[in-house]
Amino acid sequence: MAENQFFVDSARLSQAALERKHRIEQDPSCRCNHMEYMEGMEQISSDVMEKVLSEMKAYDYNSYTAQDVKRALDSDRCTIEDFKALLSPAAAPYLEEMAAKAKIETSKHFGNTVYIFTPLYIANYCENYCIYCGFNCYNDITRKKLNMEEIRHEMQIIADSGIEEILMLTGESRAKSDVKYIGEACKLASEYFRNVGLEIYPVNSDEYRYLHECGADYITVFQETYDSDKYETLHLMGHKRIFPYRFEAQERALMGGMRGVGFSALLGLSDFRKDALATALHVYYLQRKYPHAEFSLSCPRLRPIVNNDKITPLDVHEKELCQILCAYRIFLPFAGITVSSREQKHFRDGIVKIAATKVSAGVSTGIGDHEDKYQGKDAKDAGDEQFEISDDRSFDEMYQDISAEGLQPVLNDYVYV
Amino acid sequence: MKKDTFTLGGKEFSSRFILGSGKYSLELIKAAVENAGAEIITLAVRRTNTKDTENILDYIPDNVTLLPNTSGARDAKEAVRIARMSRELGCGDFVKVEIMQDSKYLLPENYETIKATQILADEGFIVLPYMYPDLNVARELQRAGAAAVMPLASPIGSNKGLATKDFIQILIDEIDLPIIVDAGIGRPSQACEAMEMGAAAIMSNTAIATARDIPAMAGAFKQAIEAGRAAYLSGLGRVLERGASASDPLTGFLRD
Amino acid sequence: MIKINGEFFDYSQIPLLQFLEENGYNRVTIAVERNEEIVPKSTYDTCILQDGDIVEIVSFVGGG
Repeated sequence: MAENQFFVDSARLSQAALERKHRIEQDPSCRCNHMEYMEGMEQISSDVMEKVLSEMKAYDYNSYTAQDVKRALDSDRCTIEDFKALLSPAAAPYLEEMAAKAKIETSKHFGNTVYIFTPLYIANYCENYCIYCGFNCYNDITRKKLNMEEIRHEMQIIADSGIEEILMLTGESRAKSDVKYIGEACKLASEYFRNVGLEIYPVNSDEYRYLHECGADYITVFQETYDSDKYETLHLMGHKRIFPYRFEAQERALMGGMRGVGFSALLGLSDFRKDALATALHVYYLQRKYPHAEFSLSCPRLRPIVNNDKITPLDVHEKELCQILCAYRIFLPFAGITVSSREQKHFRDGIVKIAATKVSAGVSTGIGDHEDKYQGKDAKDAGDEQFEISDDRSFDEMYQDISAEGLQPVLNDYVYV
Repeated sequence: MKKDTFTLGGKEFSSRFILGSGKYSLELIKAAVENAGAEIITLAVRRTNTKDTENILDYIPDNVTLLPNTSGARDAKEAVRIARMSRELGCGDFVKVEIMQDSKYLLPENYETIKATQILADEGFIVLPYMYPDLNVARELQRAGAAAVMPLASPIGSNKGLATKDFIQILIDEIDLPIIVDAGIGRPSQACEAMEMGAAAIMSNTAIATARDIPAMAGAFKQAIEAGRAAYLSGLGRVLERGASASDPLTGFLRD
Repeated sequence: MIKINGEFFDYSQIPLLQFLEENGYNRVTIAVERNEEIVPKSTYDTCILQDGDIVEIVSFVGGG
């Protein structure tokens, strides 16, 4: 399998830092055990991880035939076996039929609606060395953490544009963007927005409870890849390196009272069919355990980052991405599916008519640059972006485009009592 | 080939036919049990009638598991009392929780059933609650420690078949416990259909008790249940769902 | 009075075993509940029913 080249040395690193960086990249033995919880990491007793990983490991997608795919498409209840067939290469010639079936399921559960939200990065400090990510601790970027006044300013701009749902993100740094800081940001967010999501570093269930009480409604955590061996080679340093603690984040969030949880693998990092299977089963098993919760999926592909514009999603082309999203929709008809601005306009416009139910608009993945971006200026004092976005349509443009396709844009469907 | 069995309370059963012993005479029970191939039979508990010299247990083969029910109970407290008495009668730890406040339709009282299940499971009983098919209640029963769930197909004695079919299917799909369809199965074909859906077992009483030839009907049910199970295991062909076909291809926007 | 299976008996007290024998109960095929508590079979010999007790004596019968 072709691989991306992720290692980039910044000229501004000291000699000692460079040595440390190279040692960690070249010598696996000086990295900590990625399956062992670090101090302070809550351990819950749950059998979900074992179930997901054993299904994923046993998944032989080349063993599925056109017959299996046809049976899955004809069935009125999609079993796990049916889903595996739909994810397999044998399903590729049936993409149009999959799309038709997915469209029916989407309209049964979501009607014609498409939710719009926007992400807000409030800090990009990060202690992890995740080699594919723009925020990784060795990447030479402008770091910034918004103070409460700046956060309020960003939120005002976004809320004025009409958006009612916000997803707040930080890099992973308890030192710079601690849980209390995030909690205060949630309190602010609930003044401006009706639905508040968080995509932050995994925390313990009592911390999720605190954040929920501050106003956060849902938590999204990307597992990146469910292949723990591959995961080890991509996350070389920092708390994110610990695979099981990250896997169990959504369950801890639900234990802490969060209303909804989001899941994803970052396609292109490893075997995408196995990762797609694991992502969906992660939802499937947690839904059976916490049937009251809301579940959603994303399907991001690798994108170029600051200092490494060569990163690509490898063998996950638009057709494969479409196949995965249709399979997700058929297997998990009740789950929201978000397609981010990593994908281009034509793709997002096409997929909302089939399987996707949520899109971002007015997106900036930088820190503190919404006003400038919305007014078409170059942000002077902003923090650098996590990745290059593909679809930079404003909220108004997205709203118009969705309506023009005969769909109904929805900004929020919650009422707080 | 691995034998197809199911497990309840740690005991393995190869028959998926639970036979009721009510509404027909003792002499026929033995023949019915044998023809049915049943390994579990239900009983009720009542005040002893000293004029009865017969003991029903003499008519039940030794290898058959006794499943006393708590019929007559109107709430959890009464069901628990009856369950304890039945255990004292020496039947083992199995109990079917049956709580009715409605004497017209005999529909089970789901919420009292949850309470009774919790208490009895904590006392070490192997609890099989009889219930009206409600997914939320089934989840509560599972959490309370039930060993299986017994949703009704239609009102007791009505022989109306799978009136609650869609809701039983939901339980089969969502609850990781044996789903034993009970009450209202009137014909072997209905028992077969329930097994084709993926039920773990079928319980039937009235359909056999009101047949002209009771042992023969028990035998017919046995065959139907086996046929349904075999069909389920061999992977039924699907009912084709005709969807609308789009005039423009939905996937025309894909570029690579 | 002692209430047994819904019927009142005019005793101030009576040993359980005696009551069972006098009234044709087979101790093997019954269970006894006294004031909502099970009377274990091993204690039948020593159990003495008292005035005010409410007793149920039950057996298996056919049922669905």
